[in-house]
Amino acid sequence: MPHPDTWLKVTPGGLYCEPGGFYVDPTRAVDRAVITHGHSDHARPGHAHVLATRETLAIMTTRMGEGRAGETQQALGYGESLTINGVRLWLRPAGHVLGSAQVCLEWQGSRAVISGDYKRQADPTAMRFEPERCDVFVTEATFALPVFRHPPPEAELAKLLRSVALFPERTHVVGCYSLGKCQRLIAMLREAGWDRPVHLHGAHVALCRTYEALGVPLGDLRTATVAKKEDLKGAIVLAPPSAVADRWARRLNEPVPAVASGWMRVRQRAKQGGVELPLVISDHADWDELLATAAEVQAPEIWVTHGREDALIHALGLRGIRGRALHLIGFGEEDEAEETVAA
Amino acid sequence: MSLPAFAELLERLVFTPGRNAKLALLQQWFAEQPDPDRGIGLAALTGELVFSVAKPGMIRDLVASRTDPELWRLSYDYVGDLAEAVALIWQSRAGVNAPPPTLAEVVEALETTPKAELPALIAGWLDTLDASARLALIKLVAGGLRVGVSARLARVALAEWSGQPVEDIEEVWHGVAVPYEPLFHWLDGRGPRPDPRDAPIFRPLMLAHPLEDADLAALQPQDWRAEWKWDGIRVQLTAGPGGRRIFSRGGEDISNAFPEILDAMTFHGVLDGELLVIRDGTVAPFADLQQRLNRKAVTARMQRDFPAAVRLYDLLFDGHEDLRTQPFDIRRARLEAWFARTAPPLMDVSALIPFDGIEALSAIRDGARAASIEGLMLKRADAPYVAGRVKGLWWKWKRDPLTVDAVLMYAQRGHGKRSSFYSDYTFGVWREDGQLVPIGKAYSGYTDEELLWLDRWIRNNTINRFGPVREVDRGIVFEVAFDAAQLSTRHKSGVALRFPRIARIRRDKPVEEADRLETVMALVETRAS
Repeated sequence: MPHPDTWLKVTPGGLYCEPGGFYVDPTRAVDRAVITHGHSDHARPGHAHVLATRETLAIMTTRMGEGRAGETQQALGYGESLTINGVRLWLRPAGHVLGSAQVCLEWQGSRAVISGDYKRQADPTAMRFEPERCDVFVTEATFALPVFRHPPPEAELAKLLRSVALFPERTHVVGCYSLGKCQRLIAMLREAGWDRPVHLHGAHVALCRTYEALGVPLGDLRTATVAKKEDLKGAIVLAPPSAVADRWARRLNEPVPAVASGWMRVRQRAKQGGVELPLVISDHADWDELLATAAEVQAPEIWVTHGREDALIHALGLRGIRGRALHLIGFGEEDEAEETVAA
Repeated sequence: MSLPAFAELLERLVFTPGRNAKLALLQQWFAEQPDPDRGIGLAALTGELVFSVAKPGMIRDLVASRTDPELWRLSYDYVGDLAEAVALIWQSRAGVNAPPPTLAEVVEALETTPKAELPALIAGWLDTLDASARLALIKLVAGGLRVGVSARLARVALAEWSGQPVEDIEEVWHGVAVPYEPLFHWLDGRGPRPDPRDAPIFRPLMLAHPLEDADLAALQPQDWRAEWKWDGIRVQLTAGPGGRRIFSRGGEDISNAFPEILDAMTFHGVLDGELLVIRDGTVAPFADLQQRLNRKAVTARMQRDFPAAVRLYDLLFDGHEDLRTQPFDIRRARLEAWFARTAPPLMDVSALIPFDGIEALSAIRDGARAASIEGLMLKRADAPYVAGRVKGLWWKWKRDPLTVDAVLMYAQRGHGKRSSFYSDYTFGVWREDGQLVPIGKAYSGYTDEELLWLDRWIRNNTINRFGPVREVDRGIVFEVAFDAAQLSTRHKSGVALRFPRIARIRRDKPVEEADRLETVMALVETRAS
């Protein structure tokens, strides 16, 4: 049985499956790309042929525009498989955002799973992560330090609702990334019984519409930009993190700036951004989830694409698992300011 | 209620810059928490209750016993703050399902537990808590809660929550001990107002309004008494069988910073005065007094280099006798008699300034240029001593401000409502070698429209960024008003301004024509008072 490093290569363009002739989440335009999910450091424009879930393809089209998200698009559902030049390929839910998938590859009896970004927490807008046994598991490491243990997201959302009750005149503006976190927050608000409108920054509108078109109901959404100040009293507004403490927020009524992100766990990070209400809600695996997942997939070897690989590789070593840092260029770099805050 | 509720309050206070929002959070705490936890929490926030049972070494040992050293090293390195890193990395032992402790349980156990058993006690608590509550506990036992809640702010919150006047709360505040149960019972409407008896409590100070031209025209000279307005800090000295205290204007106990004054308070009474640094009878600039402020302990050297003294304004209590309802003239006579009789060291009596009419007084005011004098105080001869700022009884008549034309050099965003505006400005003047040197910072004096305009100008003319600070092109001249210029070794320019504010934006003035450093230096006054 060939070791995956003989057929899954780290190249300047990203991870390349040699016998299959395709890349996974390539960092530059290529002929054939398999895409795990729609975030801009994973899904880039200009590929000739793109394979992904139906949802990811729709999200890419919304973000990049018609024709820029692959000259040809091929949709593959979770659990469906196809064979490309002898490489079997199938997708498993990654739990990260709507449509996010782990890319599972098998060649000559040797199996590798590329997780993209993932989380294990429940998310009403994303299918729950399903572990797949493999010989090499390729993981992210965004929050790979033992100080990152995400609290239950419902408890964090309850903090927001308590603050709205305490300051009913003020507008609560929650900084969040436009793909995934924004829609997850809306869906969680609906689950918590918030049936009033949710107001959106203009940058968040298009993807919410895409989610709804893909069958994720989000309820009454309004555009904050055209709302009157009076209407925004006591309202919840979702906006890009960079907007919550800047000029855009001046239209709001005595705003309480909040940010929903795994980085909010660390006070210094939160204080730097002028955040008054940090909400630790993340779409990435925390430390415990990274280690639990490593155990469940039973891979003897784990490759770390991006993030804090030193702590994770050390901890995997203590558990008898071989860790390897891939040092992939380009992940977590594009949109650094926004992606980092919103992760 | 338990520690997690306190942790949530703490977390919100730490992240909330706005005063009104802080008040709302505190009021919610008073309304929802039971005794004695609400009082213990209040005392912990205001620094009345301080533990330092856990040294950093103990916290470090605790975490070392539970964590892989390499993972701890990487984590601590990332987080930076010891208490926070421990709170975040702490992993509870499996199977712990004890409820989190209440504040009262924590306080009681810390006081009764032998030192050797403290690490196990604290570790046991940490196992029952989530990350926020662990941080609150560690900060509590290590004595490092810093949340920006002053005792004064807490008393305002108590007043707004209960509907009692803040002056009444201030009068009893220092007479009740942590956890303030008699105070809360009174504020809840379930008990009488606590009687402080002989305890050294704070009596709210009488304050003055700024004098406007219209008020000046209406003054009848014979009804008024004048004194210098000294540039120190207002204090209340209270001494008697129950103890001695020096209170600041806001009712903070600052006794520890001025032990020599405390030693001199061998009398029984309550006095109002100005704390100053006085050398050989000359009042030193405020910057000298600043060296003595905000210190928990003070060295003999500090006392020698910055000798403190109190200039007395008023006598509120002579022994048990409350003089506050008496008119100013009577109190003044009693003060002078008391001073002659008691002759306390390190104190003198603020002189009354004789004057014939308002015009003469105005001339006296204009003639005062000593940096230690802010202007004049006018007090109605028949006014009782009343708490707070009652209009028409006391006036402060500050001398006209000095001004200088300075160039905007750096800008920083403000806080709260101004967090999206570049509203804090550092400005400078020209040195002989053609360099601009910063002389001060101001964040008031402009209109809302001017702020909008400045904000836009700064964003369009940024030439450098240092974290939150933007350096801007030389293009804006401010007319800066200030009360005094003082020599300073802490500033590159060698000069510091007192109460600088933006008087005008001089859009007409080219930056080359802004003032020079020697012009500012010429305004420095060290003349004897």
